[in-house]
Amino acid sequence: MSKIGVFICHCGENISATVNCGKVAEVAGKLEGVAYSTDYKYMCSDPGQTIIKQMIKEKGLDGVVVAACSPRMHEPTFRKACSEAGLNPYLCEMANLREHCSWVHDKSDATTQKAIDIVRTLVEKVKHNKPLSTIKVPVTKKALVIGGGIAGIQASLDIANAGHQVVLVEKEPSIGGHMSQLSETFPTLDCSQCILTPRMVEVAQHPNITLMTYAELEKLDGFIGNFKATIRKKAKSIDEKLCTGCGLCTTKCPTKKIPSEFNEGLGFRTAIYVPFPQAVPNKPVIDKLNCQYYLKGKCKVCEKVCPTGAIRFDQEDELVELEVGAVVVATGFNIMTTSEFPEYGYGKYPDVITGLQFERLASASGPTLGEIRRPSDGKIPEKIVFIACAGSRDPAKGKPYCSKICCMYTAKHAMLYQHKVHHGESYVFYMDIRAAGKNYDEFTRRAIVEDKVNYLRGRVSKVYEENGKLIVKGVDTLLNAKPVEIEVDMVVLASAGVANPGSEELAQKMHISYDAYNFFSEAHPKLKPVETNTAGIYLAGACQAPKDIPETVAAASGAAAKVAILFSQNELSREPVVAVVNRSAPPLYSTCVGCFMCATACPYSAIGEEEIKDRKGNVIKKVAKVNPGLCQGCGTCVAFCRSKSIDLDGYTNEQMYSEVMALLNE
Amino acid sequence: MTEFEPKIVAFVCNWCTYAGADLTGTSRIKYAQNVKIIRFPCTGRIDFMLLLKAFGEGADGIIVSGCHPNDCHYTSGNFHARRRWIMFRGLLDLLGIDVRRIQYSWVSAAEGAKWADVVNTTVTAIRELGPYTDYAKVANYLEKEANV
Repeated sequence: MSKIGVFICHCGENISATVNCGKVAEVAGKLEGVAYSTDYKYMCSDPGQTIIKQMIKEKGLDGVVVAACSPRMHEPTFRKACSEAGLNPYLCEMANLREHCSWVHDKSDATTQKAIDIVRTLVEKVKHNKPLSTIKVPVTKKALVIGGGIAGIQASLDIANAGHQVVLVEKEPSIGGHMSQLSETFPTLDCSQCILTPRMVEVAQHPNITLMTYAELEKLDGFIGNFKATIRKKAKSIDEKLCTGCGLCTTKCPTKKIPSEFNEGLGFRTAIYVPFPQAVPNKPVIDKLNCQYYLKGKCKVCEKVCPTGAIRFDQEDELVELEVGAVVVATGFNIMTTSEFPEYGYGKYPDVITGLQFERLASASGPTLGEIRRPSDGKIPEKIVFIACAGSRDPAKGKPYCSKICCMYTAKHAMLYQHKVHHGESYVFYMDIRAAGKNYDEFTRRAIVEDKVNYLRGRVSKVYEENGKLIVKGVDTLLNAKPVEIEVDMVVLASAGVANPGSEELAQKMHISYDAYNFFSEAHPKLKPVETNTAGIYLAGACQAPKDIPETVAAASGAAAKVAILFSQNELSREPVVAVVNRSAPPLYSTCVGCFMCATACPYSAIGEEEIKDRKGNVIKKVAKVNPGLCQGCGTCVAFCRSKSIDLDGYTNEQMYSEVMALLNE
Repeated sequence: MTEFEPKIVAFVCNWCTYAGADLTGTSRIKYAQNVKIIRFPCTGRIDFMLLLKAFGEGADGIIVSGCHPNDCHYTSGNFHARRRWIMFRGLLDLLGIDVRRIQYSWVSAAEGAKWADVVNTTVTAIRELGPYTDYAKVANYLEKEANV
């Protein structure tokens, strides 16, 4: 027989103005299983809570219903009070008399009756509540950072400086990402490499950071605090311990005409290569797809010249298993590919290039050593056109979103061009100038006013070649939509920033959600910008949406802070509202028939298999098993289960059915 | 003769519609008293046998409401609920329950006014349909089902 205490709150006059609280308490007191009931002006106040605590002890209550405001408001308060009085907090429920009754109805007997109905419903629920205890899960204080661009670098350094171990995984042979390709950065025009490379070196030398380059995430299992990651370390074909990074192999390699990824195809590299001179680690890898030895079985020049004998042609990919507590995803972005702009002639005319290629041309470490020379004949372009929004804000052919960084880097490009080619003329076709940011608008103004860049508001319809010149046909909408035709030497497209190829697959590996453009989704667009829907996995940088460097760094530090908060605890406490598969005596063991409908429905992949074995170790049956660390308590599995073998603690079938019955039976 | 006051049970999710109904209260928007709410973590949790149970226990109408598509706190629970509803809707005729007695809707945590609207519309609709008197049949059906 239950001994339930019902406590009716007046909430000042918020409830008592329309509900006769005394009457509710009186009727509640007569309900079956109710041992005590009372009403009080402010139940959440200290004296109010004291009444509850006292009565739990005095009457030996085994269940409490507090009829007051929304449980979304004060459930933690009253559960804590119950727990302080020695009652399991999950034996306390709240009846919502304020938001769902007194505030939405006028004073009448019917309103009081509704309040009574609500209280009766919750009393019936509490009768079926079971004591639950919070789930404790240990935390492995080691973080995995995926992606070694500026986002991954920043996140790794912050986590490492907070005193935790970090494994940084980068798929390319060097960390640095897109930022290392940039010439100068807006709005200060400081050299990108100058600010980035010290950070890269810091990562390599940090005692808390383990760097794995030329490696990718193969698999991620587990849950917050307890992930198991499998990393594929691709064969570099060199022994990193022996290699000194002298670079002799790269100078002697006979395969020299491979388009360099780092230079965006504007320069060449060898088959054994270091992507760029400041690479970290500064040790080469052999590109198996282009190496003569791997293709034809002969060559081995690098092996012959290597002074330390570090070349290992027989090296194979290695799978490394890691136990980590948190994951920061910082895989960055890419730019839209060539084939998408036939009207701009990209891919057809060598002098139509992307913004990222222009960065390489303008960079001191680039193929032209910083001189702006056109790819076709190496001449300095006298006239140049920049096309903004090449693919962005174009729902018909490109991406509907604004890529955010292009307005700024286009202004920067035009400025850099004017600084390097003093007599040159530059034109920018734009839709709007979006330069919101600290010192950003001033920067674009400077391009227009000081550097005399011609900004034309309008779109380009076509780019074609005539007599060795590129003709850009467009429109100037500020001049009564007058058609414009400019004869130029080079065209630079501010291509849309897009998600990395393979990001969909990566998201599925990690069980995080992604949007229609394959960018990873944050848990809440405003209040949880660096969290994902999977607890323990955080986002940093442009893998989430196009972002500039300051924003990326801020997000990375934010993600690192979230990891540090997680790692400040030895154990995590979780709400025990999780699904449970029933177990019963032999020969049934469980009513679960092992259909695993629940597993297919679970959004968190929290349901696995469990084998029930006899004493000899023979498998009797396979049943579903819920991992309480992964389960978030949505209960979708419960509604799916055909044999009613899985139930959700806190919202059990018994509780829900008794609520329905109590609600309708006065 | 007094007007028929239908009994309506609302099955709502904790994150969107329950919070939306809280907002209706905070905004002091008045609505009919006939609807009483049962809180679930997610509409995905709602076993539709509960709806039949409610009719069996004397409900005249039912509201099922959760997060808008793509807004589910648990990513996909509301999609499962929606699919379940599409299947279940087809069976109502067989059970002799007028499909209009169940209002399936989405009310977000920001839509306090919409919640009041959903309640009032449902109450008016059920009032027109009149009391649900076939519940004995459903109750018998459930009983038989339980004894199988």
